[in-house]
Amino acid sequence: MATLEIRDLHVTVADKEILKGVNLTVKAGETHAIMGPNGSGKSTLAYAIAGHPKYTVTSGTVLLDGEDVLEMSVDERARAGLFLAMQYPVEVPGVSVANFLRTAVTAVRGEAPKLRVFSKDLKESMAKLQMDPAFAQRNVNEGFSGGEKKRHEILQLELLKPKIAVLDETDSGLDVDALKVVSEGVNRFSEEGETGVLLITHYTRILRYVKPDFVHVFAGGKIVEEGGPELAEILESEGYEKYAKAGV
Amino acid sequence: MGVEVKPVSTLSERSSYDVADFAVPTGREEEWRFTPLRRLRGLHDGSAAPDGKVHLEVDAAPEVTVETVGRDDPRLGSGYTPTDRVSAQAFSSFTSATVITVPREAVASVPTVLRLRGDDPGQAAYGHTTVIVEPFGRATIVLDHSGSATYADNVEFLVGEQASLTVVSVQDWAADAVHVAHQHARLAKDAKFTGFNVTLGGDVVRVRPSVSYHGQGGDAELYGVYFVDAGQHLEHRLLADHSVPNCKSRVDYRGALQGEDAHAVWIGDVVIRAEAEGTDTYELNRNLVLTDGTRVDSVPNLEILTGEVAGAGHASASGRLDEEHLFYLQARGIPADDAKRMVVRGYLNQIVQRIEVDELRARVEAAIDAELTR
Repeated sequence: MATLEIRDLHVTVADKEILKGVNLTVKAGETHAIMGPNGSGKSTLAYAIAGHPKYTVTSGTVLLDGEDVLEMSVDERARAGLFLAMQYPVEVPGVSVANFLRTAVTAVRGEAPKLRVFSKDLKESMAKLQMDPAFAQRNVNEGFSGGEKKRHEILQLELLKPKIAVLDETDSGLDVDALKVVSEGVNRFSEEGETGVLLITHYTRILRYVKPDFVHVFAGGKIVEEGGPELAEILESEGYEKYAKAGV
Repeated sequence: MGVEVKPVSTLSERSSYDVADFAVPTGREEEWRFTPLRRLRGLHDGSAAPDGKVHLEVDAAPEVTVETVGRDDPRLGSGYTPTDRVSAQAFSSFTSATVITVPREAVASVPTVLRLRGDDPGQAAYGHTTVIVEPFGRATIVLDHSGSATYADNVEFLVGEQASLTVVSVQDWAADAVHVAHQHARLAKDAKFTGFNVTLGGDVVRVRPSVSYHGQGGDAELYGVYFVDAGQHLEHRLLADHSVPNCKSRVDYRGALQGEDAHAVWIGDVVIRAEAEGTDTYELNRNLVLTDGTRVDSVPNLEILTGEVAGAGHASASGRLDEEHLFYLQARGIPADDAKRMVVRGYLNQIVQRIEVDELRARVEAAIDAELTR
């Protein structure tokens, strides 16, 4: 059973402390939602777990199945089974989606998939996400709409089959139809049972489609309240005002 | 024939067939200031040892005629007059020339490939190639340079009315080669010219692609890709001279540099003369710096002498690999070195994927991969 364990995590960006002691455990089969106002440090948590060089961990630990994630390079973390669906996926000019995905799958699985098998898997996954097959020949994220970028992130989730997926505001900028398609993708992934999901969001909207087991309220760089799905409903009606002070 | 001086401020360009009409460059001249003259082995000052040889093999399309001619052939120099000392030296010194003719309305079924191979860098060789595409003709020419040489040449392309010519010039020289090339396209009414330079090998390579327009509707696309390693000097100096209304030019050169004293020079001159109303031009140069110790000189010059242009712009950017690109790929499990290779390959591929000669494109991709695994 995969377990991601975050203990007393402190992170700075450009010498400013953003995360101020985060504690969180995500186990396979669980879906956790992290909700919080803008600027509360939610995305910082996502990038720090993935190992973005801009974020400096000053203290605390992150363990994946007991292994020290913070000692790993960005690509080692991904190969160990961590996945970050990004809020703003970057364009990579001149690199086709098909080439990128096959290279990533090869790296994560440790061996190149047979081209025929891979093409079939890719086609099926794209169909489930209602993506045009021609998409595979386009350059990574180049000229993609907001919805296409997010579908592409979930496509990677399906193909790479990580142990723990961190979804950073995957719902932002999506219309209702795209939100449903993306949510179905996340549900297909988590229904496999062997995987954990950490869903970071500002809005409760996606939680109508992806049911969390746990909801954590993030404010001022740490988790300030925890509960079950009912907490999301309270946030829906009351907003984040009462947590605003926690950040100070 | 004497010297002709064009009345344009950024150019003050002289042209003559006679090497004696050009002073020996000192390195202070605008057109020579980036070039390491001492490494040209005397191509610029007349001191080069003569009698060098660059061997030529031609695989011609069946629709195309190829002739080897003497210096007195009147077609030589009919599309281009040398504009600097080395070009004039080459024109004054070659012993035989190649003339390729694409007949009127002929459509070449396969590329015509000229393989130029040097085996002695100690002596200078000079070349001349004239390509004539008669009206409505279409062809692709590949100039494939390899081996060791000290070589100066002029290549002229006369593209007739509504004709279309694609040229891919590959500078895949051995590490000790010196090559100074002039490539001039002279476009008739509604002619289309697509030129590629792929410059990878050589100690000093200086290529001067230029375009002149002689009827309305001329359209030139000039693409280049280069990879500069430690100690190499790879220079491209482009000129699109818009002297006729309603013509178009596009320039897109991209390069990567790695290693101590890798030096890339890109000069992009575009002149839109007073009479060239309705000109549409854009030029771009990008350089990707992969290590410390490299040097890039990238200078776009756009001179507009008319108020009536359809479009005119330029851009130049040099920088390091984008950390966000690498992070994205690494976050998908791709190791750092592979991610870097992918990003660089992708960046250069934006030019390479336009080369429509499949075998050649595959070879260029492989050559770039080889550079990246050094």
